[in-house]
Amino acid sequence: MNAIGFPVLSTLIFFPLLGALFIAFIPAERPKTIAQVAFGVALVDFLLSLVVVFNFDPTKATFQFVESRPWITMFDMPVITYKLGVDGISLWLIPLTTLLTAVGILFSWGSITQRVKEYYILMLVLCTAMLGVFTALDVFLFYIFWEAVLIPMYFLIGIWGGERRLYATIKFVLYTMAGSALMLAAIIYLALGMMDQTRGLTFDLLAWYQVFIPPRVQLLAFLAFALAFAIKVPLFPFHTWLPDAHVEAPTAGSVILAGVLLKMGTYGFLRLAMPLFPVAVKEVAPVIAGLAIVGILYGAAVAFAQRDIKSLIAYSSVSHLGFVMLGLFALNAEGMSGGILQMVNHGLSTGALFLLVGMIYDRRHTRLMKDYGGLWRVMPVYAALFLVVALASLGLPGLNGFVGEFLILLGAFQANPWWAVFATFGVVLAAVYMLWLFGNVFFGPITNPENEQLPDLNRREVLVLVPLVALIVLIGVAPNLFLAPMQPSVEALVDHVTRAAMAMR
Amino acid sequence: MTTEALLWTTLLLPLAGVVLNIAVGRSLSRRAVGWLASGAVGAAFLVGLVAVGRLLALPAEERVYLTPPLYTWAVAGGFEVPVQLLFDQLSALMVLVVTGVGFLIHVYSIGYMAGEPADYDFRRYFVYLNLFIFSMLLLVLGANFVLLYVGWELVGLCSYLLISFWYTDPQNAAAGRKAFVVNRVGDFAFALGIFLIWSVFGSVVYQDVFEAAHSVAPAVLTAITLLLFVGCTGKSAQLPLYVWLPDAMAGPTPVSALIHAATMVTAGVYLIARASPLFDAATTTSAVVAWVGVLTALFAATIALVQVDIKRMLAYSTISQLGYMFLGVGVGAYTAAIFHLLTHAFFKALLFLGAGSVMHAMEHGAHHTGEHVNPQDMRLMGGLWSRARWTGMTFLVGAAALAGLPLTSGFFSKDEILAGAFLSGRTLLYGVGALTALLTAFYSFRQFFLVFAGEPRSEAARHAEESPPVMLVPLGVLAVLALGAGLVLGWPPEQGLIHGWLEPAFEVAPKAEGAANPLTLLLVSSVIALAGAGLAYLAYVQRTIDVVALSARFQPLYRLLWNKYYVDELYGLLFVRPFFALARFLADVVDKLVIDGAVNGVATVTAGVHALARRLQTGYVRAYALSMVLGALLVLAYLTYLAQ
Repeated sequence: MNAIGFPVLSTLIFFPLLGALFIAFIPAERPKTIAQVAFGVALVDFLLSLVVVFNFDPTKATFQFVESRPWITMFDMPVITYKLGVDGISLWLIPLTTLLTAVGILFSWGSITQRVKEYYILMLVLCTAMLGVFTALDVFLFYIFWEAVLIPMYFLIGIWGGERRLYATIKFVLYTMAGSALMLAAIIYLALGMMDQTRGLTFDLLAWYQVFIPPRVQLLAFLAFALAFAIKVPLFPFHTWLPDAHVEAPTAGSVILAGVLLKMGTYGFLRLAMPLFPVAVKEVAPVIAGLAIVGILYGAAVAFAQRDIKSLIAYSSVSHLGFVMLGLFALNAEGMSGGILQMVNHGLSTGALFLLVGMIYDRRHTRLMKDYGGLWRVMPVYAALFLVVALASLGLPGLNGFVGEFLILLGAFQANPWWAVFATFGVVLAAVYMLWLFGNVFFGPITNPENEQLPDLNRREVLVLVPLVALIVLIGVAPNLFLAPMQPSVEALVDHVTRAAMAMR
Repeated sequence: MTTEALLWTTLLLPLAGVVLNIAVGRSLSRRAVGWLASGAVGAAFLVGLVAVGRLLALPAEERVYLTPPLYTWAVAGGFEVPVQLLFDQLSALMVLVVTGVGFLIHVYSIGYMAGEPADYDFRRYFVYLNLFIFSMLLLVLGANFVLLYVGWELVGLCSYLLISFWYTDPQNAAAGRKAFVVNRVGDFAFALGIFLIWSVFGSVVYQDVFEAAHSVAPAVLTAITLLLFVGCTGKSAQLPLYVWLPDAMAGPTPVSALIHAATMVTAGVYLIARASPLFDAATTTSAVVAWVGVLTALFAATIALVQVDIKRMLAYSTISQLGYMFLGVGVGAYTAAIFHLLTHAFFKALLFLGAGSVMHAMEHGAHHTGEHVNPQDMRLMGGLWSRARWTGMTFLVGAAALAGLPLTSGFFSKDEILAGAFLSGRTLLYGVGALTALLTAFYSFRQFFLVFAGEPRSEAARHAEESPPVMLVPLGVLAVLALGAGLVLGWPPEQGLIHGWLEPAFEVAPKAEGAANPLTLLLVSSVIALAGAGLAYLAYVQRTIDVVALSARFQPLYRLLWNKYYVDELYGLLFVRPFFALARFLADVVDKLVIDGAVNGVATVTAGVHALARRLQTGYVRAYALSMVLGALLVLAYLTYLAQ
């Protein structure tokens, strides 16, 4: 079952939780120790995620490092199993989660001064919940982790957020919960409906994969799942919670929100909606692709109109996640590989962008573009790093964003050339709003005397950004390192969807 | 070293320059920084020469070398991109132009940028410049469309960074952004072209695609090539996407010489020459290319007639000359087009560096007198011949080559393009091209006379000073090339060295029966060039033609040209302002009021219902549990009902 000899996934998931418990016993008067311990825990967890990456067999399409224990049994039958596993689709989301948690915590050293203890506990709990989502192979377990993510994020925004934090966090939680409520109903309905074929009530995802669900049920269940996932992604027009949450969240919260939480939505499509309801997926794909394309163009245009840097980046996420969704629903290996890679890419580049904005916010306490200008001269290191990240975000070849977008568009072109025509125009708009942002902040004369004396990045801040920038370049130059391990799983999924849909004809 | 190693070395040397100057440049003197960057490019040139020697040792038809893949960039589904280089007659020539001219311009820059106040900016400049050379080499050496595209966008990045190099002026920043965005519009089509290539051929590797070109329907090839060509109109500044290039003159002048004249902007010509098997088979596209080219040539030349900014005039001239190259590839005269690309690289780099030297001289003069003058305004110049003799002499060579005066390099290459148009049987193309040649000769000498002849028209010009040797030596080298390259490489017509080198790389275009003798055309070209130069002499030196009176007489036409046909204003009205307005509307109305309004509306209604429902909140857990079960059952019942 396990190549390493110990339950690596459980360790990975629950180590941050243990760390949080440990921090609970450190007196609150020692905020420095707390922050250091939290970072240490996150760092160890990141290293653990690397153990997963380096022991992953890239030639297999099946789940690896699988752990399975009955959790709730009924009549000696395991109903809910504690089942974990990783395949090529979830592989890169795991180190992405641990890395962004670690850099988020390291960043927070400089900006979180209130209720330090609670803050780091919540960050670590959040990490556990997110890792659970990406590794759970039992639908019920998945749902638990899925909802558990909301709790720490609710507090992170609500306590350490900006002025409108309460509005933002309640909107975020209610909106996403409204979506998941329907999904829960659908999950229970499906489990009951499958009982004949699964020989007893079970939520084991791998058992569900074996069941053929009648097309009419597929469509309804798909819609219930899709709503939950689409809100999380967010797919146009379910996106309006995002700018509010992003703008109000503390920096590390934005990083995790954009970098990881949004990926839970796209991952949900990949892990649940697509394999379980292939017929429905095939049927609905044009609609979703259409919404994705609208999101790409709409998100880009609205991003351009923003005056607040954070909300510009938030809307750029709507555009970028539109690309991801388009790639997934191209339903071919090129588009899907691109989409999955782009999930990671977006996590890195948008995560880095939010960190960069946080750094300047900590200095000037404003996020409005008009308060800046000419910063290149006073903060050259900051400017150079910002430039690389901005270029990655606008899809410059040689950096990571290009690879994902190119494959997505290539895949979309196979599915329907017109999708690619409209979506590719989003690449033009990305250049418009990103260079607009960059120019407004770094070019021009310094108009505000307060900006004259800004200190450039300190060593810790550089350390926060370096791993992200290094990965941005590495994925851009040698994307195959990242694409190759996901190929077997992607091809299996594409195959599964195509064959199920063909069988219906 | 193996040929393979030579090629990778050539490509990676400039990148090493980038890395070194970022890593240790801070602790180096300016001289060291500049020479490190220049040395990297110079070394790349030498290594490239050795590699060309390897090609020369092979028989003419076998001069194609494909490196084994260094690694596989990406594999996804059936899509695969190997990282490998293609070295043939075409890319070999491009490598030598890019690194050769690039080296001279690096050296010149050491002098030109010496006045930069901050060491950091001096270093930043050379980092960009080296990065550009690397990207351009990747563009011309890459053995598939994706690598070409990577280089293609990276040179665009360098262009953006260098145009807005002096970023504290918002105008420069805007010019850089305009260049990048307009290029992206072209790249949008280019990318679609690559997607189409892949879905038709199942590969993006040149060899696979070109070998299968004959078996593909002409309509598909037309679509592919048209998409690629739209990309070219962006990068190579052709109608209708040329608008970024005049503004790009905001960058330092050596950059204008290297990127916006000699190398990057010719990438589109290279692309079509590289993909000639596709374009040859798509006759519709070839006709479009030829017409867009010749009309751009004419259009830009008419604007150049009235420019008073020394660099902007050269920018329009570049657009016009690129138009000639597209005319060449459009009529199948690939060798002629690449020949002109080569000579243009020499004489236009020379003219830009000369203009830089003139500006340098004017700035010195202005510094001396304490005047605030625009050093690029030709109306304030005049009489510089005696103040900056070397600059003047080399500039004269450049102007003569641009004008196509007999025996200069531009004379041979431009004539061959016109001959190609004529011999293809499309005399109208030839006619427009010849008319443009007349205008070219006129504006070229108009510029020379305005700058160097007559009396100084400002105090700054009176006190102008010649530039230092580090700038003059590259001018001299380029002047020799601009003067002699045509005769050495292009004589006798159709049978010179350049033809022997390049022709095996292309399929030769069919020639019309009973066509005129090329020598006759050469004679016509000579007369045209001399006539244009003569008219400029009469107008700006002898003053027997009163240009002021002429412009007053044809006031509407003059205003149209002076305002560059109002194209920028038109694009502003058609695209830029509507986009601004649309974005505002979407953000403020659609997003805030409609979409988010609906979401909040649902929330408000729910809250209202909650107020009623609050009476149900008894605080008894068992009551809640009951209602939850009831609720879930209701949903289940509903789903069951729907599913049946």
